[in-house]
Amino acid sequence: MTQEKQESLSMQGPVCPLPHQHTESVVIGHGSGGKMTRDLIQGIFQTRIGSPYLAEGNDAARITLQGKEGCQVAISTDSHVVSPLFYPGGDIGRLAVCGTVNDVAMLGARPTYLTAGFILEEGFPMQDLVRILDSMSKACREAEIQIIAGDTKVVEKGKADGFFVNTTGFGLIPDSRQIGGQHAQPGDAVLISGSLGDHGIAVLQARGELGFESQIQSDVAPLNHMIEDLLTVTPDVHVLRDPTRGGLATTLKEIAYQSQVSIHLNEETIPIKPDVQVACDMMGFDPLYMANEGKVIVILPEKDAERALETLRKSPYGIMATRIGSVFRENPSEVLLHTAYGTTRVLDFLSGEILPRIC
Amino acid sequence: MCLGIPGKILSIYEDHGTKMAKIDFGGVNRDACIEVVPEARPGDWTIIHAGFALNLLSEDEALETLQILQEMSELADQEDNQPDE
Amino acid sequence: MSDLSLPDFLTGYRDADLVRKVIEKIHHQVTQNWALMEICGGQTHAIMQYGLDQLLPDKIELVHGPGCPVCVTSLELIDQALWIARQPDVIFTSFGDMLRVPGSEGDLFSVRAAGGQVRVVYSPLDAVKIAQQNPEKEVVFFAIGFETTAPANAMAVIQAKKLGLANFSILPANVLVPPAMHAILSSPGNRIQGFLAAGHVCAVMGYWEYPPIAQQYSIPIVVTGFEPLDLVEGIYRTVKLLENEQVSVENAYTRVVTFDGNQAAQKLIQRIFEPVDRNWRGIGVIPQSGLGLRNAYRSFDAAQRFNTGNIQTRESEVCIAGQILQGLKKPSDCPAFGKACTPQTPLGAPMVSSEGACAAYFRYGRKKT
Repeated sequence: MTQEKQESLSMQGPVCPLPHQHTESVVIGHGSGGKMTRDLIQGIFQTRIGSPYLAEGNDAARITLQGKEGCQVAISTDSHVVSPLFYPGGDIGRLAVCGTVNDVAMLGARPTYLTAGFILEEGFPMQDLVRILDSMSKACREAEIQIIAGDTKVVEKGKADGFFVNTTGFGLIPDSRQIGGQHAQPGDAVLISGSLGDHGIAVLQARGELGFESQIQSDVAPLNHMIEDLLTVTPDVHVLRDPTRGGLATTLKEIAYQSQVSIHLNEETIPIKPDVQVACDMMGFDPLYMANEGKVIVILPEKDAERALETLRKSPYGIMATRIGSVFRENPSEVLLHTAYGTTRVLDFLSGEILPRIC
Repeated sequence: MCLGIPGKILSIYEDHGTKMAKIDFGGVNRDACIEVVPEARPGDWTIIHAGFALNLLSEDEALETLQILQEMSELADQEDNQPDE
Repeated sequence: MSDLSLPDFLTGYRDADLVRKVIEKIHHQVTQNWALMEICGGQTHAIMQYGLDQLLPDKIELVHGPGCPVCVTSLELIDQALWIARQPDVIFTSFGDMLRVPGSEGDLFSVRAAGGQVRVVYSPLDAVKIAQQNPEKEVVFFAIGFETTAPANAMAVIQAKKLGLANFSILPANVLVPPAMHAILSSPGNRIQGFLAAGHVCAVMGYWEYPPIAQQYSIPIVVTGFEPLDLVEGIYRTVKLLENEQVSVENAYTRVVTFDGNQAAQKLIQRIFEPVDRNWRGIGVIPQSGLGLRNAYRSFDAAQRFNTGNIQTRESEVCIAGQILQGLKKPSDCPAFGKACTPQTPLGAPMVSSEGACAAYFRYGRKKT
């Protein structure tokens, strides 16, 4: 991976006793998927337990099996700690399966197996456990994958937020597929498979703290079949990535960095459901930074864009697929949004936790 | 200062003697306190900020202003299209 | 069942064609340099988000005033808030934007990380509910904001009293716009020639307070809304008044604002609060520029309920927030901007708050002055 300039965590000289930089302990912002997460992973995790695979920065690792040249596999792992466990359109079980299936699929791999490790808190209702497992089973059937290994631990009350689960996924990458965040090329088209922000808002709504009601549902879904269909029709896809934590903006920013290109977006083309937009307006959130769990960004040569959109739109998860921008050579790692007013706005990584504003 | 956004009153009720309303923002509903817009009725629009109605929003005024701005812009277009003297 | 689409009489204010037409009018109208100020974080944010400043002629300079209540809340109050939040058996509630504002040591986030109970609420009335649901805890609400949140903050106190809650209090931190305008306009370095008045402050307060200010300093003031069309129209009308050397106050947000404002809201504020001197972070004490609880409601004052003692405050030496908030300098003038001071490692409040001028400049990529 190209060595991008590390934005420094430390102050330049003893000019200021503040602010608190959160270097002594982990804070919630470190889990938000934005800049703080990046800094934690790059600054602490990768320096201590890193490998070239981790350094690539993709959602899954691509390895060649020993003695089997040409046999490439993708492996990915994800832990799920989202609260609440159940929300409109999904639950932690469905997310645990789909999240990892999708991460594997983002490398162009065909996911086939999952492992699942559970950490249950003492007192967790058995009927909730059954409900979650049934949901996982249903998602596995839809994705046509199997859970082949697992582990379960129970911890004392107070040591886990009810239910935590980790899933690890495995899939074979057909020969010749070279898909990853570092492969975006100037001149490529940038597509999104559907509307943004649905999952983030659905989860916030279910949490109940902000007190609003709506029909918004999480988009959590297994995308492997849709991606496989896409790659059959347009095999020359350069980048696939799902805009999860940190949203579309953060994910595109990561890709722009990895590939050392700039990405320009047309704001009017970005699909956002009207009620999602309203919920964001109320709270002061930006839908471009809200999490999505059933969407994929596709970056591919311009000439294949139309056929790709046609194929995506045939899937129930890609009905609103649309082109939202293009890749350029100039100003590498910049993501620029062109507004309906003929103005531009620079999009950066999400910084810390998303907080509702009052002004 | 504002994340005040427009919302339509769906229904009005009282909570411990305080006037409240269920507000529709366009697919998203939330309750808000309408104590300072006592004349509000279901169907009225208000500006809601931090769960509190600040004032009524006049649909008539909104339309009138838009119309004026539209007319002025059409006038400007016509002037632009006038042949030069 | 609610309708998903907003009606035309609202979405019309986002119409790109109309915005473009008004921008053209501004370009035709302007003949000399003008410096305009808006004192409203929401307006600053909207201008940055839509990039409207990019459309204005170079002759017009938009200076972002101290309109972000998050930015101007004094260090003493923040430190008090942090002290209270650290106490056992306290649930400290606040609007979301306050969580990352740096105090002398730490912020509300770090208090939460250390085990303190800090909760984000969308409305002050939610804090009252939390107090009802947690009778064994002391629930404190950080009552920041301009006049816009004052009625809601007042209502929270009234409701708590109605419900007979002994465990609810607020940390009063509201600030008022007119005194800030006086402070800015009477300051020796002032170069502001026209004002965009904050639309929702005026929805509550009306604009009867502004004609004396306009007369005293000979500057036009236009009450302005928040949608793209509102903003450019507000700017256009201010520029027009300036070009015609007219000193007056106009209302460009008539669908929500009237001259007298919302009398019921103003009465509510006056019932609970009274004007007090207030320290504005980065600016200093502005007399009668804040709201404090009246005697009858003093028991709901968290500053009195909790003996916070003498808190030593320490402000960053590098941070020039004060000069930025007064419009004397731009964020890009600050030596720390973008280097030691970023949204992630903020030195001062304008970088923390999502519409502090510094954060807006940083996020929306305004690198040149």
